[in-house]
Amino acid sequence: MKRLRGRLIVLQVLVVALLAVLVVRLWQVQMVQGNRFVAVATETRTREVRVPALRGTILDSSGRPLVINRPSLVVSIDPARFERMPDGGDAVLKRLASILGVQFNALKQRIRPCGPGISRPCWPGSPYTPTPVAEHVSGRVALQILERQEDFPGVTAEVQSVRTYPNGKDGAQMLGYLQPVTKEELEKREGLKAAYSGVDLTGRDGLEAEYDAALRGQAGERKVQVDRMGKTIAVQQQSAAKPGDILITSIDAKVQGIVEKAITDAMRDNPQADSAAGVVLDVKTGRVIAMASRPTYDPAVWTGGIAEKDYQHLLSDKSGKPLVSRVIKGTYAPGSTFKISSVAAMVADGQPLHGTYECPSAYNVEGRAFPNAGGMSLGSISLHTALVKSCDTVFYRAGYEEWLRDGGKKAKSKVKEPMANMARSFGFGRPTGIDLPGESAGLIPNRAWKRDLWTATKDQMCRRAKTGYPEIEDQARAAFSKRLANENCLEGFMLHAYEAANFSIGQGDVQVSPLQLARAYAALVGDGKLRSPRVGWALVRPDGTLVKEIPVPVTGKLPINTETRDYIRKALSEVTSDGTAAGAFAGFPMGVVKIGGKTGTAEVFGKADTSWFASFAPADNPRFVAVVMVSQGGFGASAAAPAVRQIWEGIFGLGKDDNGKAMKAALPDGRPVSRLPVIKADGTVAQ
Amino acid sequence: MPEAVRIGRRSLVKRAVGQGSPIWRMDGLLFGAMIALSVIGTLLVWSATRTWISNEPTSLAKKHVLNLCVGLVLYAVVAMSNYRWLRTYAPLVYGVALLGLLLVITPLGSTINGHHSWIMLGGGFAVQPAELAKPALIVIMARLLARPGDKKKDRPRAVDVALCAAAAGAAAALVMLQPDLGTTMVILVITGGVIVLAGLRKRWIVLGVLVAAAGAMAVWSLGLMKPYQVARFTALINPASDPRGVGYNSTQSLVAIGSGELFGKGLFRGGQTTGRFVPEQHTDFIFTVAGEEFGFVGTVTVVLLLGVILLRGVKIARSCEDRFAALVAGGIVTWMGFQAMVNVGMTIGIMPITGVPLPFVSYGGTATFANMVSIGILQAIHIRDRSFSS
Repeated sequence: MKRLRGRLIVLQVLVVALLAVLVVRLWQVQMVQGNRFVAVATETRTREVRVPALRGTILDSSGRPLVINRPSLVVSIDPARFERMPDGGDAVLKRLASILGVQFNALKQRIRPCGPGISRPCWPGSPYTPTPVAEHVSGRVALQILERQEDFPGVTAEVQSVRTYPNGKDGAQMLGYLQPVTKEELEKREGLKAAYSGVDLTGRDGLEAEYDAALRGQAGERKVQVDRMGKTIAVQQQSAAKPGDILITSIDAKVQGIVEKAITDAMRDNPQADSAAGVVLDVKTGRVIAMASRPTYDPAVWTGGIAEKDYQHLLSDKSGKPLVSRVIKGTYAPGSTFKISSVAAMVADGQPLHGTYECPSAYNVEGRAFPNAGGMSLGSISLHTALVKSCDTVFYRAGYEEWLRDGGKKAKSKVKEPMANMARSFGFGRPTGIDLPGESAGLIPNRAWKRDLWTATKDQMCRRAKTGYPEIEDQARAAFSKRLANENCLEGFMLHAYEAANFSIGQGDVQVSPLQLARAYAALVGDGKLRSPRVGWALVRPDGTLVKEIPVPVTGKLPINTETRDYIRKALSEVTSDGTAAGAFAGFPMGVVKIGGKTGTAEVFGKADTSWFASFAPADNPRFVAVVMVSQGGFGASAAAPAVRQIWEGIFGLGKDDNGKAMKAALPDGRPVSRLPVIKADGTVAQ
Repeated sequence: MPEAVRIGRRSLVKRAVGQGSPIWRMDGLLFGAMIALSVIGTLLVWSATRTWISNEPTSLAKKHVLNLCVGLVLYAVVAMSNYRWLRTYAPLVYGVALLGLLLVITPLGSTINGHHSWIMLGGGFAVQPAELAKPALIVIMARLLARPGDKKKDRPRAVDVALCAAAAGAAAALVMLQPDLGTTMVILVITGGVIVLAGLRKRWIVLGVLVAAAGAMAVWSLGLMKPYQVARFTALINPASDPRGVGYNSTQSLVAIGSGELFGKGLFRGGQTTGRFVPEQHTDFIFTVAGEEFGFVGTVTVVLLLGVILLRGVKIARSCEDRFAALVAGGIVTWMGFQAMVNVGMTIGIMPITGVPLPFVSYGGTATFANMVSIGILQAIHIRDRSFSS
């Protein structure tokens, strides 16, 4: 027994040692590291759930919906949870695929983060935020997911609102679209982080992007206590989401539809046409009443993540890049529509408004004949007739003589450049500042621009002038290119006479967007003030209180007097009856509403002509400007003018609809809506 | 030694609680510690399981109390009887336990919570023979190593050691077949402990340790362990290696215990417990509930109460005149001490994750009965086998 007792003492020592070890370790875990574990515990136990704010709707000037929300049951997964699963969540995803009735691989692709080498379908949003995998799921499926959280850890189903477009494709580029906010954006907008969550989308283009901050609202925040399965046990804190403001635009949905149809018909009737644009402005306010661009697409493709095939198609040349609004981003030579600026420049430069000008069939510029279209020869005519009949030779001469006065090839140190400067005063060559992103500036070429361009390219040109183009196999073409390079190297800094002549009729390097042209015409036929057009009219809280009315800034004044403006307007008023657009407007009830306008046919190297018609109505006291551009549409009178006619018929209710019945005016009395629609406290529009 | 229980015509009740009843001579501290742990255990089980069944937050706690009551009755009966019958019936007890273990691996066995270690008795009751095997093994080994003829000798005979090893081996093998690594480890440690207590020569002890180490090495390197078992050891060394897999349990129990700090968050107020972040929180990981809700004060209380039981057990063993009694008491202390070490140790990251319950605290009928009966045996020994020299 002695030895046994001895060993029991050893056992006792071991027990005491064990107790000591446990107590020391507990001290370490609970007292020394306790703080840290408290923090870890809080982190594992609480989740901050962002409650996305309902995005504001976009309405037209009468309160008709352009973009609204529709509730949808969305299933999303938590990538962070999936990452921590041993199989990367594949098992869960397989189960999910089977109840959603989709392929496992399709789901797998949808949730992988986009990145270099990973093309759509992929998740373009932040990899740390819930990734939607299915929209519009049935309540039954959603319930299954929510009830069987053991089978679907990291998967949630909740009601989200998705954008819906009651007018289909109408105004697609102007409205813009939403995309999940990216990781980079989240990091960049540190201060705005709270306003975004993974399910939150951010406006990527159009009004959705421009007014994103207002439309987005403020996401609410809910701090919840969750269990091991991520199921909410209790709500600890809650701040309600503040819904986004309603954007009331000056767009009239009916007119928008008319413009859409007009340019669709123009595209259809001119099969070689590759794109088209139409815009209607309110002359008095400078607000946009409609703008449409072709080719177009259905903005509903963005809802719920776009498929790779669709996305690539939208970006491809084959589809004609329908995301690009030709109204604000497309720039084209304006052709004769530009002559309003040239006439204004001539008069401002001292040429008589009521003088006579020679209109020969061709004008000789430094040994090269610049002919009128169709060899037209009118003898001595007024500027009025020059505009109505669109006599190019009058302007060739003016452009050439102006160039000579500035020193010709050897430019004076101080050049007047009346035509280029007038064009700038008309707002060309710089963005209009419209409330839409990505606008193009267009181009007004002058001597300074030529010099800058030459400075930037001369090294290459002069090298090519020496080395030639050995990579071009066709010897004749290579030789031509070499000669051209040599010429550019030596004289590229100069504005040539032929360039000055071309400029006068809106040809050559001059590039304008349909919107720039429209606002220039609006300034000309309106009060002479150049405005920065606005699509947004007002922001209104969902309860109807006005946040602010969006003003239309005046950005300039045409440097010509009222007499000159009236003279030009009156001249243009006869274009539809006696001038270049007379054919297109044959039979139009000018007695009811008189239409003014100017055709434009711009030559494009290697392509069919760009067809323009810039128009205003009523001609005597213009209220609207409508511009239609059809790229590769041919003559202005043949493609664009009929489209504009269609627009006027729709707005004023002058034509017959497809069933032969008399049309109702889209804008009664030919007036745009002048008072903001009233949003009632419940968010509906008062009728 | 006086005969404690006299044969008389007094009623059983009077014999049980009347003056001169052995109840008044039991070790109060031992009993008190057991009751205290049971009360704490009940609260912890209640807290861990109250959210399981809505509207019935106390259903498991109630079952636990019922188990404790049954356990206490068994305790009282054993404590008041003469422990010597144990020696007589040791082979029978062992045989029954072994039979139970055999039944588990036959189709009669059932799997509950992923452990194939149960025999359903019907009516919602089930027994876990492995828990009964532990005290049974202690008793049979004590009998083998304390044969009457050996009284003079202080060392066990080789044949008896071999028989012990055989008895333990059979039980361990059957438990391993379930498979239940934790209980197997407990059985092996009990076996080694009792044999060493019985007086095994130091060189044999050293040899045994070496063989055990070599065996462990072999098991490890020959890949005899299942991957999850390997992973549990890996996770012990580096819990962050796989925070969602095996390391998850380890990490989450540390978080739960650590976040309790000094006084804990209060009963029912532990967020980790409520959120069920720690698995098996009413059984193997019950200590984490104590850690989170009662804090350092609570965990140290539990550890010290366990210490009281272990140290009283050692004291009882040391004051034994009877070698069998001393070995039984020593075996029980070894068993509970090791199990407490493994259980508490795994929750605070110093032991690998194994499925062994915390004596007197964890939920579980069979284990509770076995523990309480064992304390009953300690009491019986205490009451009837005291050397009055000390």
